[in-house]
Amino acid sequence: MEARQVLSPSKKGKLIPMLQQIQERFGYLPEEEMVKVAQLCGVTESKVFGAASFYAQFRFTPIGRNRVMVCRGTACHVQGAPQIMETIERELSIKEGQTTPDLEYTLESVACIGCCALAPCIMINNKDVHGRLTPQKVTEIFATPKREAQDAS
Amino acid sequence: MPVKTVLLGQGTCCISAGAKQISAALREEIARLDLAGTVQVKHTGCRGFSQIDPVVIIEPEGLLYSEVKVDDAPEIARSLLPQGQPIERLFYRDPVTDRAIPHHRDITFYNNQQRTVLKNCGYIDPEEIDDYLAVGGYQALRKVLSEMTPEQVIDAVKRSGLRGLGGAGFPAGRKWEACRRASRESRVESRESGRETPDSRLQTPDSYVVCNADEGDPGAFQDRSVLEGDPHSVVEGMIIAGYAVGATKGYVYVRAEYPLAVKRLGIAIAEARERGFLGENVLGNGFGFDIEIFQGAGAFVCGESTALTLSLEGARGMPKPLPRPRTTEVGLWGRPTLLNNVKTFANIRWIINKGAEWFASQGTEKSKGTAIFSLTGKITNCGLIEVPMGITLREIIFDIGGGVPGGRTFKAVQTGGPSGGVLPEGLLGTPIDFDSLTAAGSMMGSGGMVVVDEDTCMVDLARYFLDFTQKESCGQCSLCRLGSVQMLEILNAITEGNGRIEDIDLLIELGESVKIGSICGLGQSAPNPVLSTIRYFREEYESHILEKKCPARVCKGLISYIIVSDKCKACMICLRKCPVEAIKGGKNEVHVIDQDNCTRCGVCLSVCPERFGAVEIIPGREVKIHG
Amino acid sequence: MDKVVLKLDDLEVMANKEDTILQAALDHGIYIPHLCYHPDLKPFGGCRLCVVEIEGRGLTISCKAPVEEGIAVRTEGPEIDKMRRVAAELLIVNHYSECLQCARNTDCKLQDIAAYIGIEEGRLQRLKRTARDLPLDDSNPFFIRDPNKCVLCGICVRTCEEINGVGAIDFAFRGLDTRISTLKDKPIVESRCESCGECVVRCPVGALVPQNMRKPEREVKSICPYCGTGCGIYLGIRGDKIVSARGDRDSVVNKGQLCVKGRFGYHFVNHPDRLTTPLIKRNGVFVEATWDEALDLVTAKFKEAQEKYGPEALAGLSSARVTNEENYLFQKLLRSLGTNSVDHCARL
Ligand SMILES: Cc1cc2nc3c(=O)[nH]c(=O)nc-3n(C[C@H](O)[C@H](O)[C@H](O)COP(=O)(O)O)c2cc1C
Ligand code: SF4
Ligand code: SF4
Ligand code: FES
Ligand code: FES
Repeated sequence: MEARQVLSPSKKGKLIPMLQQIQERFGYLPEEEMVKVAQLCGVTESKVFGAASFYAQFRFTPIGRNRVMVCRGTACHVQGAPQIMETIERELSIKEGQTTPDLEYTLESVACIGCCALAPCIMINNKDVHGRLTPQKVTEIFATPKREAQDAS
Repeated sequence: MPVKTVLLGQGTCCISAGAKQISAALREEIARLDLAGTVQVKHTGCRGFSQIDPVVIIEPEGLLYSEVKVDDAPEIARSLLPQGQPIERLFYRDPVTDRAIPHHRDITFYNNQQRTVLKNCGYIDPEEIDDYLAVGGYQALRKVLSEMTPEQVIDAVKRSGLRGLGGAGFPAGRKWEACRRASRESRVESRESGRETPDSRLQTPDSYVVCNADEGDPGAFQDRSVLEGDPHSVVEGMIIAGYAVGATKGYVYVRAEYPLAVKRLGIAIAEARERGFLGENVLGNGFGFDIEIFQGAGAFVCGESTALTLSLEGARGMPKPLPRPRTTEVGLWGRPTLLNNVKTFANIRWIINKGAEWFASQGTEKSKGTAIFSLTGKITNCGLIEVPMGITLREIIFDIGGGVPGGRTFKAVQTGGPSGGVLPEGLLGTPIDFDSLTAAGSMMGSGGMVVVDEDTCMVDLARYFLDFTQKESCGQCSLCRLGSVQMLEILNAITEGNGRIEDIDLLIELGESVKIGSICGLGQSAPNPVLSTIRYFREEYESHILEKKCPARVCKGLISYIIVSDKCKACMICLRKCPVEAIKGGKNEVHVIDQDNCTRCGVCLSVCPERFGAVEIIPGREVKIHG
Repeated sequence: MDKVVLKLDDLEVMANKEDTILQAALDHGIYIPHLCYHPDLKPFGGCRLCVVEIEGRGLTISCKAPVEEGIAVRTEGPEIDKMRRVAAELLIVNHYSECLQCARNTDCKLQDIAAYIGIEEGRLQRLKRTARDLPLDDSNPFFIRDPNKCVLCGICVRTCEEINGVGAIDFAFRGLDTRISTLKDKPIVESRCESCGECVVRCPVGALVPQNMRKPEREVKSICPYCGTGCGIYLGIRGDKIVSARGDRDSVVNKGQLCVKGRFGYHFVNHPDRLTTPLIKRNGVFVEATWDEALDLVTAKFKEAQEKYGPEALAGLSSARVTNEENYLFQKLLRSLGTNSVDHCARL
């Protein structure tokens, strides 16, 4: 069995918080920033990328102006979330994880938005929750002119 | 002196139902009616009954208004005037008896529960430390520091019988004891190697206390609710743990997807520091302890102890294979580390305040205290509940949960999230405790409890959970990485109508191998949803494979949408909305779905006016057009 | 070194106290399938193939479990066999299947495992091929990376980090998408890779292979000609051509390791531009000569200089790239000519 190897709580411990700050600022993780993080934390670039790509939170490409998050929680799933995802994919002509070419929308799924009583639900821009959805309601949300979609709730 | 208190739930669930706007409107109205002197509006965490959010409670009467809207604010404010009357129309109506119930204490959802950990959620303002102090907060810490030795604290936790939530329900007291022992050894080591200087203890602690608030199960929200509703109880539990095991530094590893919990916990830590509960000299007792929040970046596997420590260390969260030392011996930065769940820490103050014997007197022989579940799915009363151990599933689902809504029939209940299993109707008498649930093929685990009815396909449910776990597999071990994908592929084939009957045995063989051979709990439990659905609902698998039918009418490859000709009013709505123009018909001509072109997107069903109800789903792809 | 006695199946063996069960078994000629274990590296424990049972304790992985006095280890058994077979089958269906087209054919750890377990066609056919079609990385002039053949044993990652301290690659992504990657999965030449090829020699399958790899017929033990370190080397020969080089694990100097030049830089030997005979400058032009002619000329010139200016006028410049023994002889030669001016090219 390996012996205890005591490490001091080093700069490495700041790696994930640093990446989170970068993503907060840029919306994604630009390559140059990851290189800087590697230098600051004293690890190689491949380690930074290895860690960043491990976590669902991090993105490597710019994000759309509106972030649509479809709940893939269990409650939403049994109430029809897959159909909701499909409808949005059709409405926006992108797949989960993609961004529309005009950078208007990014479509993602999240583990549970936390309003299972409203299942199935989606959240737009981290604030507007739309609940008890049907394919028809989804179509209506995205049929309204794009700029307004983010304000409708 | 305020005469009345208005309690307004401000949890994530409440806010998404509009609680913020209601609060603003209510405050405005109260100010307008000049009630500010007699009425106090208090923001609290969620009371757990998400189904009827947003909820407004008026104390001291104990009135509860459910599903309140912004427009109700003026009326509620007027009711608070000295001559005001309760607003009957906002009373909660029991879905079974349809009786209006004015007081929250009479609501069956609440009065069948036994709230300990959740006791203060919904009563106190989580952002006000004085509120917590007013309900006896930090008394346990004072008692511990002034009257108890660390050994006595550990002894109390041991005697209480408190068990953790990880797979086997490991006794918390034994974990604390092991960590204390390792922590002392590590201190001796440090001293001998000359690493320790008198004031370096806070910078490089000998050991750590870590609170696991990663809550990765996509159907559970109990940790979030506790952190949003009563964060100080977790902080207090962690400080006591630090004192007991000899740690000087604590981390709360909380999912970044829980911004409100992060915010409230941050406020609580700052407040506790200000009042001297945290810092270099806690309550002037010479014991130093501080807490830092670390936001997880979205990986279910990081709930596993070694993955969690790796993640804190800025690495990929790949669990460390056995044989290896326990986290209590070699954890964060190579130091002894005590890792417990939110609920475990929140229980500590009760054990100290009310005594280990009081705690041990609750629950069953081997599972003490209470259990918390996030009750969701096809259930009338969706929400967060806390019940004594030993209560049966039937009591939870039917007495507290109010059964399945909409006249549908109960089919199964899934507990423990992606690591757990489903239990059919016949096992509803199973008492809730660690060992009974495990014996039945499920587990307590995350506290997720999802009720499903006849409209839920068990093959699809198993596929759903496996899809989740295979995406979350850290990828290092062959069986978990490849085995779970292989099983998912088979389930995909079955739900698409391409299953072979041998596939069921293959799923079992693969599942058992993945369970034995995987490194961590994720892989070891990933097959549970599949194995348990095969165990209890094998005939559903067989219908998919042999009859090419999805009896619950869920799996897209094995159902058909049809328009019932007697009911169709030829209104053209669905015909226009169908995205692939698969619906034929005309103004006065009954509509028919062209089954070859239909993609089964479900738009027609959702647009057909409710009063017609002409679109139906039938199992199977053999098409009866004029049904 | 402290020893312990343990039972491996029915054999009683003595092992070093620090050994793992797998090391003890391999030392005693007992094969336990293993893919992610490498004797030079810390155990990883990902492939799960080396599973054994310690009687009375249950299953464990032998590449990590230490030997202990008195334990009885079973390397086979119904549970082990079932799990190991499934693990191996999963790895195989997820792996590139055209063995005949692979440079590592017959020298592949996955093939060894398949042979040990005995693959049944019918069982494999029940499984879906999950192998993906990812692009090759042939950016490095010396080796090719083929992610489609990678079994994610992590040996390359650990080699780069533990042995070389370079860390050019790491695991990236997760689940089925897990792969070995540089920053942003860019071609390996754009990383901090030093092309030493240590990972290439350790990769158990064909995921890392030298460019234009050809298998040698025989090997010749030698010393690397590049620098003064004197790494032990085995040159692989085919006909009269060098087609490979590998480090000599028994050499105390390099214990099997080589650098990019020693491992991949043998092509100069057969390079058309390489001088194979001495050249003598006649009337301003170099013309080919025999060794006798050349040496005669050198001797004559030496003598001339010695007579004219005395022996101190002579100096010898040797090379850091020849062996110690050769350098020894060289200085002897110059001293016998009466000069102490001996030096080598690295100081020029
Ligand atoms: C894949 C996996 C995910 C886990 N996720 C969580 C989690 O989200 N929250 C949690 O408290 N424990 C989780 N655990 C259990 C922890 O490893 C650990 O046992 C637990 O936090 C210990 O706390 P307790 O004993 O107080 O319950 C998980 C375990 C595994 C294997
Ligand atoms: S079981 Fe899965 S998640 Fe756990 S270590 Fe293995 S690959 Fe990673
Ligand atoms: S490239 Fe080779 S050594 Fe590296 S992980 Fe893949 S199989 Fe292992
Ligand atoms: S499952 Fe969708 S909000 Fe919880
Ligand atoms: S060799 Fe032991 S797990 Fe791979």
